[in-house]
This record gives sequence, structure tokens and C-alpha cells, in this order.
Amino acid sequence: MLAVLTSYRTLLGKKGAMAVTGAALFFFLIGHLLGNIQIFFGPQHLNGYAAFLKSTGEILWLLRAGVLACFLLHIYSSLLVTVANQQARPQGYATKRSLETSLAARTMIYTGSMVLLYVIYHLMMFTFLRTGPGYSPHDVYRNVVLSFQQPAISAVYIAAMLLLGAHLFHGAWSMMHTLGLSGPGYKPWRRMVGPAVAAAIVAGYISIPVAVLAGWVR
Amino acid sequence: MKLTLRIWRQDGPRDKGKFVAYPVDDVAEDMSFLEMLDVLNERLTLKGERPVAFDSDCREGICGACGFMVSGVAHGPQKLTTACQLFMRHFKDGETVVVEPFRARALPVLKDLVIDRSALDAIVQAGGFISARTGSAPEANAMLIAKPVADRAMDAAACIGCGACIAACPNASAMLFTAAKVSHLGLLPQGQPERRQRALRMVAKMNELGFGGCSNHGECEAACPKGVSIDFIARLNRDYLGGSLLEKPEPLSNV
Repeated sequence: MLAVLTSYRTLLGKKGAMAVTGAALFFFLIGHLLGNIQIFFGPQHLNGYAAFLKSTGEILWLLRAGVLACFLLHIYSSLLVTVANQQARPQGYATKRSLETSLAARTMIYTGSMVLLYVIYHLMMFTFLRTGPGYSPHDVYRNVVLSFQQPAISAVYIAAMLLLGAHLFHGAWSMMHTLGLSGPGYKPWRRMVGPAVAAAIVAGYISIPVAVLAGWVR
Repeated sequence: MKLTLRIWRQDGPRDKGKFVAYPVDDVAEDMSFLEMLDVLNERLTLKGERPVAFDSDCREGICGACGFMVSGVAHGPQKLTTACQLFMRHFKDGETVVVEPFRARALPVLKDLVIDRSALDAIVQAGGFISARTGSAPEANAMLIAKPVADRAMDAAACIGCGACIAACPNASAMLFTAAKVSHLGLLPQGQPERRQRALRMVAKMNELGFGGCSNHGECEAACPKGVSIDFIARLNRDYLGGSLLEKPEPLSNV
């Protein structure tokens, strides 16, 4: 087991840590979405779910600590890896053509940074500073609706989710590959799973502000 | 056909280097890229200039000695082809072709297009020996190996160590090279006893030499003249991360 810590010294060890924490955050995103999506069942349902989460007490804080730890390790590793990658080629090419990589893959550090900024803003809004319009601690449903009725808040949210989608587009398959879940047997669907799941998650999240703006949820 | 070559000229490892444009007016389309450089070099020599230094050996696409960037692509625009097997018919009359060395901190430029690839030898060396018996050839059916397994091991062993994967990688990572070297042994029964330890050592060495990390861009596979698949990188990752969990950590001096 000690070798896990030893292997973190290499870039591949750091990528392994990013893949494991990335996978955990991926599941967090799915769980969070399953919570949020309950807005479509009405105020009672969503507020009931929020109250249930609060009632779990220590378990909730444990989960939050876990998510935070994954987030921090993911970011810390990505910074170390990015710096090392840039140092690996001090003198660049006069001409370089990309054959295979995607825009999403090349901009991971940027989309990731933007998502981080959004997460900070997101927590300010409903958890720490509670800057959301007309905030009330027990009516999550109303908080969400009042916020998303502001086009600016919805626009920022949708933009952040699209950036998140770009991050997951490459991240999902990259994570599988880094953990070794790839090979001839996986080939037919490995390029599909990441984008498909990323699209589903993003579509799920974006459906909420769209529904509020369209007046379906009020 | 007429081509303009913009070639990286660098007198030595410490020289700053610069691009110099050379017009070549009579390129035959059946020449290989290296033969065209030979023609250019003959002329430079007659003019009393220093010829363009580049590596080559077999010129049959099997040794891995040649290789440089041709207009932004390692070994040039033709897929699954080394620079020596790249023929001039793939270029257009009047085209400007940029020729520069493979670039990575761990593969420093020695002169013009020649790079020092001894870092790749150091990675292989770090893998150490295999404990399988050598000596006289074993009886052919003593150790049965399934055909698909033998084929995959052979696919990994197809790596000629040219460095194109590193040159093409946005992070100058040697993961495809290392993965190929780890996998051709790791797939076969003879390579099993030290399989994970070998992955740990070779990855540690690669890291120490200053290669970048893998971001799963897939550029390496696209540039590889032998078509080595990034599936081998996933395999290396399995061996490495598995080794991290299962193997005893080594004293630092061995890594």
C-alpha cells in the first residue's frame, strides 16, 4: 500500500489520483443531478429531499468532506501535472499539426478552472453567503425558481454547465484510460461512453434553468 | 517539382539555432524525403556550406534511426510511414515544407535535425532483466501461447523507438514508447514474474528523465509509423497502478 504514496511522485501516479478523484466527482455530479431534477415533481418533493439531506447530519458532512477532498486533490494534481507537461518541451515547434486530439482535451485546465470559479460562486449563492435572490433557508424550490428567473443567473449557469460538459467529454474517457479500463474489448464503445454520459449530465442540469425561464416550473 | 525547405539549422547542442530556407528546384516525385535531403546536401557541400545533419540508417522504415517534423507532423503527412519511406509524390509543387527536429527536454537537439535519444535506452535499461531462462532455443511447444496474445505482443514489439510519439505528444510524454516496451514482455508468460515491478521502474525512470505526462490526447498513436495502439498505454497504466497497490515499494536507489 505504501507504494501508492511512492507512485504519486510520478506523473502517472498523479494522473491516477486525478482519475480516481475525477470518477468520484463524476458520481457526485450524477447524485447531485438526481437531487436537483426532483424540482420537476414540485416544491414538496424537492424541499422534502432537501430536508432529508439535512436530517442525515454527520453523514452529510462526511460526504461533503469527501467531495471537497476529491476536489482539492484533483486540482492540486492537475496543477502539478500541467506545470510538468509544459516543462517537458521548453522549445516549441514552429509548426505543429494536431491529428487526433480534441479541443476539449487541449483545454482541460481552462475548462476545469472555469468550473472551479463557478463552483465557488455556486456555493456563495446557496451555502455560504446566501446571495441568491430572496433566499430562504427552508424553501429550496423557491430559491431555485427565483434565481433562475433572472436571465443573467441562468445564462451563467448554462455557460458553466457547457464548460463542465467539455471537461467531462474528455475527462470521462481519459479517466477510464488512465485507470486501464481500455483495450481491444472496450474499443467499440470507449469513445462513446464519455461523450454520451457527459451530454446526459449537462442536458439534465441545463433542463432546470430552461424550464424555469420557459415558465414550466414556477 | 519545386519545393522550398525551411530547415532548422543548429551548429551544436548549445547553439541557439534558426530556420534557413533552401529552394530545391528539381525534386523527383520518386525520391524519398531523405534522398531529397541527400541531393540538397551534395549541393551544399559543393558550395562549401555545412550539409544538413540528420539521422538515418536502414532507410527501409524498420530501424527507427530517422525522424523529424515535416510541416508539423512527426515523420511527415503520410500515415504509418517513417521519414525515409516518405516519398515526394505526397507533396505539391511549389509547397513550402518546414523541417525541424523532434522536440522534448529529454531528447535534446545535438545538431540540425539530430537529437539525442539515449533517454529511451535509459527507460529500457530501467526495466531490468527477465528471469526467464535463455540459452539454446527451447522446445517449440514447451510453452503454449495463444495466437491472439502472440499477435498483440508482436504489435507492441513493433515499436522501433524512433521517438515520434514523444515528438507528437503535446506534453512530450514517452508513454506510448514505454507502454510498448512494457507490454511486449508483459503479455508473454516469460515476462510475468517482473511485470508490475518493470512498469513501476520504467515509469519512474521516464518521470526522472523529464518527459511529460499522458493526457490521453491520442496524438502519439496517430503519429506512430508502426501504428502502436494507445491501448498499450491503458495496459501500462493497469500494470503501474496495480503494481502501486500490490508491489513492495523499492528503495529510492533502485528507482
